[in-house]
Amino acid sequence: MISLRGVGKSFGGFRALDGVDLEVPAGRVQGLLGPNGAGKTTSVRVLTTLLEPDDGDALVAGHSVRTEPHEVRRRLGVSGQYAAVDDKLTGHENLTLVGELYGMRRREAKARAQELLEHFRLDTVPRGQRAGTYSGGMKRRLDLAGAIVARPPVVILDEPTTGLDPRGRRDTWDAISDLAAGGTTVLLTTQYLEEADELADSIAVIDAGRIIAEGTAGELKAQAGGSRIDVLLVPGAPPEGALRAVAEAAPGAEYDQRAHRITASAPDGPETLRRVLGRLAAAGEPVAEAALRQPTLDEVFLKITGTPGAARLPAEASTGRSDS
Amino acid sequence: MSAATALRDGVVIARRNIVNVRRTPGALVTGVAQPIIFVLILAFVFGGALGGGAYRQFLIGGILAQTLTFNSSFTAVYLAKDLQQGIVDRFRALPMSRVGVILGRTSSDLVTSVISLVVILACGLAIGWRTHADPASVVLTFLLLLLFAFAVSWIGAVIALTARSVEVAQSLGLLWLFPVCFISGAFVSAEMLPGPLRLIAQWNPVTAVATAAREGFGNPAPAGFEAAGGWPAEHAPLYALLCCLAIIAVFAPLAVAQYRRISRR
Repeated sequence: MISLRGVGKSFGGFRALDGVDLEVPAGRVQGLLGPNGAGKTTSVRVLTTLLEPDDGDALVAGHSVRTEPHEVRRRLGVSGQYAAVDDKLTGHENLTLVGELYGMRRREAKARAQELLEHFRLDTVPRGQRAGTYSGGMKRRLDLAGAIVARPPVVILDEPTTGLDPRGRRDTWDAISDLAAGGTTVLLTTQYLEEADELADSIAVIDAGRIIAEGTAGELKAQAGGSRIDVLLVPGAPPEGALRAVAEAAPGAEYDQRAHRITASAPDGPETLRRVLGRLAAAGEPVAEAALRQPTLDEVFLKITGTPGAARLPAEASTGRSDS
Repeated sequence: MSAATALRDGVVIARRNIVNVRRTPGALVTGVAQPIIFVLILAFVFGGALGGGAYRQFLIGGILAQTLTFNSSFTAVYLAKDLQQGIVDRFRALPMSRVGVILGRTSSDLVTSVISLVVILACGLAIGWRTHADPASVVLTFLLLLLFAFAVSWIGAVIALTARSVEVAQSLGLLWLFPVCFISGAFVSAEMLPGPLRLIAQWNPVTAVATAAREGFGNPAPAGFEAAGGWPAEHAPLYALLCCLAIIAVFAPLAVAQYRRISRR
């Protein structure tokens, strides 16, 4: 349904896309995971016909972005990283506008707009209220609604939750899950492994304009060494004894001085965590917090490329959550 | 892509633009205040030396041509704003006409120009300007002025699509207006300008539109203003009409080409 074939794009001397190949079958939710500057947005801009590739071609529902961009646009819904809603228009007017530009009649577009406002729970605000007064999460949902006004078979979402608060992220995730349940083929870009894990059937990892790994979330996590354990030490406590205790029970134990935290691999998941806690208790080492978590995108990167991702990720994305 | 789709999308976009302008009344202040300021400055600061009451009859045609030219900068700024905020990208990803976005902009900016026209004429009436022509001539003159406003609006669109940032579009969109409006017969007779400037002024479309407006409203030049000679002056309405068509013929395809070019950057 979506197909990128050797897509290359340079800006001046910078190679933003360096031969990207990706196949997304119909009905699948494909995650495109990578740090800032990896080529996610450029890929999206090529697929949405906003940017012409230098090399290769991209197909959407069998139509080339190069030779049949209009056919591509008719089958595509897009929602961007920066919600491109018109602040001066109400939610209803925004969606009606998009509907009319998809070629719907005004009355049809208005009815569809109303339907989508209800679906995305945007009908709770007064009808005359402008989109400029919406919260970040509401704006993003409005933008998302705009992407599916014409019920396109393919929807492309560029970092749909970046910059949202946890509540807004949850709401947006629900909306995307609904979309996928309806059979729409979705390509979504994200910086968060957790998000790709939650939403995508399959994940492609992109770095420096190339796809460097592909697979399910589980496969990628396994490649990065599976689950991880975080042990946060009590403030002021010396780390040596605790580090020794953790290392006896789990491989790859490391001490992060800035966070005053020990991190290790958890090949046996909860069982490893239990062993680590047992060792710590036996050694009489006090611990502030201990948790089992998924590897972060950074750790996946480190494992696959041997170098950390191009950008450090916001901590809230993957820490502070226990999956046990 | 059919012309019908372009028109249809143009209407949809124009409607959206007009709603936007209506909800940002502050943006219209310039459109209303600027012509008033120009009328008052030229009528009372320079007008005294140029023929007093008689000059005020002459002035209004010039102010109309100058203000409508200046209004093209609204097109440049509004379009650049939509480009910068990603609204145009949103439109470009939709299966709509490539001309639609720009056509919608240049059409909706005609509303601003109608407001300017009304303000100038009201201001003119207040300082003693009168029309001495039959209603048909007045109506035709109105239509010619609006066609001119529409035409120069495409120049503003090309500037926005080339500049792509609001700041650049704003300064570029204003810069060219001063020589074009002042090296003309808008405020004095073109014959009063020296050598090469006179030649430029004689063929300047702004001169033609100002002259055509004065003819259409029946406003004579004050005593002492040497009547402009040459073909453009003798056929001002026709020459003005040809200028409008020529501007559209050049700048509309240029704007669409620039719009397409965005996808290569």
